[in-house]
Amino acid sequence: MCGIVGLFLKDGALESELGRLTAAMLHEMCGRGPDSAGFAIYGGAAGGISKICVVRRASTLDWADVAARLGQATGSKVSYGTIEDHAIIRVAGDGAAARTWLIENVPEATVLSEGEAIEIYKGVGDPDAISRRLHLAAFSGTHAIGHTRMATESAVTIAGSHPFSTGRDTCLVHNGSLSNHNRLRETLRRHGEHFQTENDTEVAAGYLSWRMKEGDSLAEALEHALDDLDGFYTFVVGTRDGFAVLRDPIACKPAVMAETDGWVAFGSEFRALAALPGIDGARIWEPAPATVYAWSRS
Amino acid sequence: MPSVRVETKAAQDMRNTRLDLASLSLRQVNESLQKAEAGAFMISNPRGAHALAAGLVSPIDVTIDGHVGYYCGGMNQQASITINGNAGTGVAENMMSGRVHVKGDASQSAGATGCGGLLVIDGNASARLGISLRGLDIVVKGSIGHMAAFMAQAGNIVVLGDAGDALGDSIYEARLFVRGKVKSLGTDCIAKETREEHRTLLRGLLDAAGVGPEIDVSEFTRYGSARTLYHFHIDNLGSY
Repeated sequence: MCGIVGLFLKDGALESELGRLTAAMLHEMCGRGPDSAGFAIYGGAAGGISKICVVRRASTLDWADVAARLGQATGSKVSYGTIEDHAIIRVAGDGAAARTWLIENVPEATVLSEGEAIEIYKGVGDPDAISRRLHLAAFSGTHAIGHTRMATESAVTIAGSHPFSTGRDTCLVHNGSLSNHNRLRETLRRHGEHFQTENDTEVAAGYLSWRMKEGDSLAEALEHALDDLDGFYTFVVGTRDGFAVLRDPIACKPAVMAETDGWVAFGSEFRALAALPGIDGARIWEPAPATVYAWSRS
Repeated sequence: MPSVRVETKAAQDMRNTRLDLASLSLRQVNESLQKAEAGAFMISNPRGAHALAAGLVSPIDVTIDGHVGYYCGGMNQQASITINGNAGTGVAENMMSGRVHVKGDASQSAGATGCGGLLVIDGNASARLGISLRGLDIVVKGSIGHMAAFMAQAGNIVVLGDAGDALGDSIYEARLFVRGKVKSLGTDCIAKETREEHRTLLRGLLDAAGVGPEIDVSEFTRYGSARTLYHFHIDNLGSY
């Protein structure tokens, strides 16, 4: 199972509603994924500042200490804010280096995302309780992707929850299972990608990050994924300015999309889209198998 | 012998009953429909609900005003169900008799394992339409996705548009009529001669689906089983 929702706003007037609409969509997908949930929100980019989202596994972890050590190690100006067990660490400097330092030096925490616009939040248990606890409804932004997980390929942990992000401002959620992820993970490691889990979806996220580092657009990276990823998948992918959907060639996992002048939306089932403003006049369709659907703000 | 159905007073009272899913639970709506012996029902605010109007057993008339989720009209017997919207996975799955009419598009596995009655889809149907079909007739006015009629045993599928990959893979005795292009045929499915008996059958199915004479039966190609997979064949041993 697993449930996916995605909302890409074209109408700036809806940005303050992004979190509320995403929470309502995610609520409808609770039954498809009761094990854990997560969401990525894009917004609030400030030039030159990298946001790194981190969740702590040990309640004793002192964020002030982590921020101070990170600043000392990287020479960057570091500040942070917290939402429950998550911290958003802001770094004026090399975000990728700060992310790597956190992964290597703070084993009590899991790094969820790094970028100018992206923030990822995750939790284990009832998706509705997670979105309430992390105040999803209060977020504003330009686009969001959410996931409710029914675990099959790895343990029910925060680290195994979606969305997965291994590259700057890029994230991916997945319904399905990949069968060639172990071999592909080794190949990607040789290309310099880093992985934090044994999860198949993280490999797909790393694959897209690698392709885009090689110069692919998001759509081109997904076209390559059709050749290199083996297994069942419906993917929804976010980048700083983009939003894309891809289903495997036999369309094993469900998907429905809708578009108006104000937004593009994805749901594993139509009921996730039923409450969106203007849905009655939306173009609604089922994405075809092995076909890349991509939108971009630029 | 013609049969005359006499409506009870209670059944007549149920005519044109409105059931609103904004205020009633899915279970309440389905119970009302499953208990009814006659009458017409209008369901509003389906909002993608699953298993709506599933398991109906009487010749009632049900109109659903909006998009439905999975398995709408599943196992239907005798009822006539109209969906003014799109249908999710498995619409009219395993239906036995009656009629299900989707005014929009249908998702995967529409009419799967259906035994009888008529399923009409005004828009497109996606993958696995009519898999393991066992006697249901399906008319799709748009196009259909891949793996339609996989292992279909009996019944008829009519497609006014195109068909996707692997049409009729491992098909038994169902008949497939496609007016547009077929992307590829599945194993053991072949184009066949369309004889007068097939044209008569096709015209009857189009009439039943409300398709007028502007659609000419001569525009369709018939597909069916080459019947080479029916029995164990020693030359195929290497493939097993």
